[in-house]
Amino acid sequence: MVFHMTEWFNTETRDAIGLTLQLALLTAVVLLVVATPLAWWLSQTRSVWRAPVNALLTLPLVLPPSVLGFYLLVAMGPNGPLGQFTQAMGWGVLSFTFTGLLLGSVIYSLPFAVQPIEHAFIIMGPRPMEVAATLRASPLEAFWRVALPLARPGWMTAAVLCFAHTVGEFGVVLMIGGNIPGATSVISTRIYGHVEAMEYAQAHILAGCMLLFSFVVLLILALMRRRVARVLP
Amino acid sequence: MNMADRLDIHLQLQREGFALDVQMCLPAKGISVLFGASGSGKTTVLRCVAGLEPAAIGEVRVGSELWQSHEAGVFLPTHRRTLGYVFQEASLFEHLNVQHNIAFGLRRGATSDAASVLRIAVELLGIDHLLQRRVDELSGGERQRVAIARALATNPRLLLLDEPLAALDQSRKNELIPWLERLRDELHIPMLYVTHAMDELTRLGNHLVVLENGRVKASGTLADTLSSLDVQVVQGDDFSVVIEGRVVDIDAQWHLAKVAFPGGAFWVRDTGAAVNAGVRLRILAKDVSIATEEPQHTSIQNHVEAVIVAAVDDVHPSQILVRMRFQQQHIVARITQRAWHTLSLAVGQRVWAQVKSAALIG
Repeated sequence: MVFHMTEWFNTETRDAIGLTLQLALLTAVVLLVVATPLAWWLSQTRSVWRAPVNALLTLPLVLPPSVLGFYLLVAMGPNGPLGQFTQAMGWGVLSFTFTGLLLGSVIYSLPFAVQPIEHAFIIMGPRPMEVAATLRASPLEAFWRVALPLARPGWMTAAVLCFAHTVGEFGVVLMIGGNIPGATSVISTRIYGHVEAMEYAQAHILAGCMLLFSFVVLLILALMRRRVARVLP
Repeated sequence: MNMADRLDIHLQLQREGFALDVQMCLPAKGISVLFGASGSGKTTVLRCVAGLEPAAIGEVRVGSELWQSHEAGVFLPTHRRTLGYVFQEASLFEHLNVQHNIAFGLRRGATSDAASVLRIAVELLGIDHLLQRRVDELSGGERQRVAIARALATNPRLLLLDEPLAALDQSRKNELIPWLERLRDELHIPMLYVTHAMDELTRLGNHLVVLENGRVKASGTLADTLSSLDVQVVQGDDFSVVIEGRVVDIDAQWHLAKVAFPGGAFWVRDTGAAVNAGVRLRILAKDVSIATEEPQHTSIQNHVEAVIVAAVDDVHPSQILVRMRFQQQHIVARITQRAWHTLSLAVGQRVWAQVKSAALIG
């Protein structure tokens, strides 16, 4: 088989790469917004709900992605609770759509966002917030001006991890999205498609790109940690 | 004391293995030192006054401002109490430079008044040249000065200092103490100062509260409370009194300074204090001896005539602590029980207190 670059880099591949990046970026952004208050609550609370909530948020870490994807698919489906809600709101059914994919990715990567941010809030300790209060900052103001900037290493790590984890996700997107070219087909599902179709050369190139990408991300994270360690006393 | 110029603090806090129950009425000027061993509740009192311990019940009143009252159902959160708080470690915000740390407490669109308070704080602590620095480039002493300036810049009605020198080595301490003296003497902000160090207490304090196991053991002016024999255990071997006086003469030939105080004058080592400067003498009880007649032909040059007002057994059974009064001042001698009996000393007796050495401080 003669392999041509142009043939490989067709619209479907371009779409898959574009969709992957779009999904990863949106997931990271949504997760930072969602995870920050959750992480703050977890780092501060002494409520009995802390442990169960923590366990629930960690679930995506240990559940097989297919299990998570299956439940999400059922929930989003026309007869699922989420599906009924979205239909009632006039948004239609989310399964096999990009929005559904985004929702699944957000849930799937939630622990990767919550944990680094929570950790950053914990190592910050209660003192900076107390100092801010003695300098007349209300709790909300202290959160914005002190806790958030001091937790910067945490949410930088969270952003990179979420982005990378979403790029690398497969099981959930396959279950919810179904690998529809141009709509829900991302790199990882496309590789699967190539392999199914015995197109090993195409699979090789995409897989190689993913390998390189993942290594670079981990390298960036390691370098970031080193810089953070240097800054801290 | 008029209500407008005093601090009323009445607090109770129950914790596992520790109960705080204190009532103190302090003058709203100068430095009131909260003194005691670690675990005595000093820092907890400070945190309660700042509103950082929401479980504390009782009353906190600063002049005419009521910050907290269990009875009236008032509890101002920390950010609504007009206080400044200096923590043991400087706790500067690492993500801000010195300038932004100091300006943190200023409101957006702050009045020019507030800006001038900030300028005064910066000038008072001599940190003008540090403003553009990152906080991790500062020495321990500089960090603490910045932290104090930051607290002052909010123009507080009360400044709380929690062992501000404890994290510093002796030379940094010596570098910072004059700045604190300057604050005490130039600002009219009352300060609550927590420490367990005798040198900080004797140099900086105007008023003294001795805490023990979460309770007030003694409270009063520094000189009175320090010389009262109730605090002997807390003071231990360093039992000392402080006498405030004024330099009236310098003997350049022998490097001595004459410090006069109501009821007498002592010659002490000249440490460079100017004539007429207000100073303090710290006199250790072990450096004071007692004579029943005016001493002559002795190397001890300093003595005052005084009346024995109290005597208590010291920690070691061979020793006795004797409190004597002259004019309105007190001095304490640590002598042996045997000397007390041999000389037939008794409360009410007129004696001569001889002072072998007195340290000129502040």
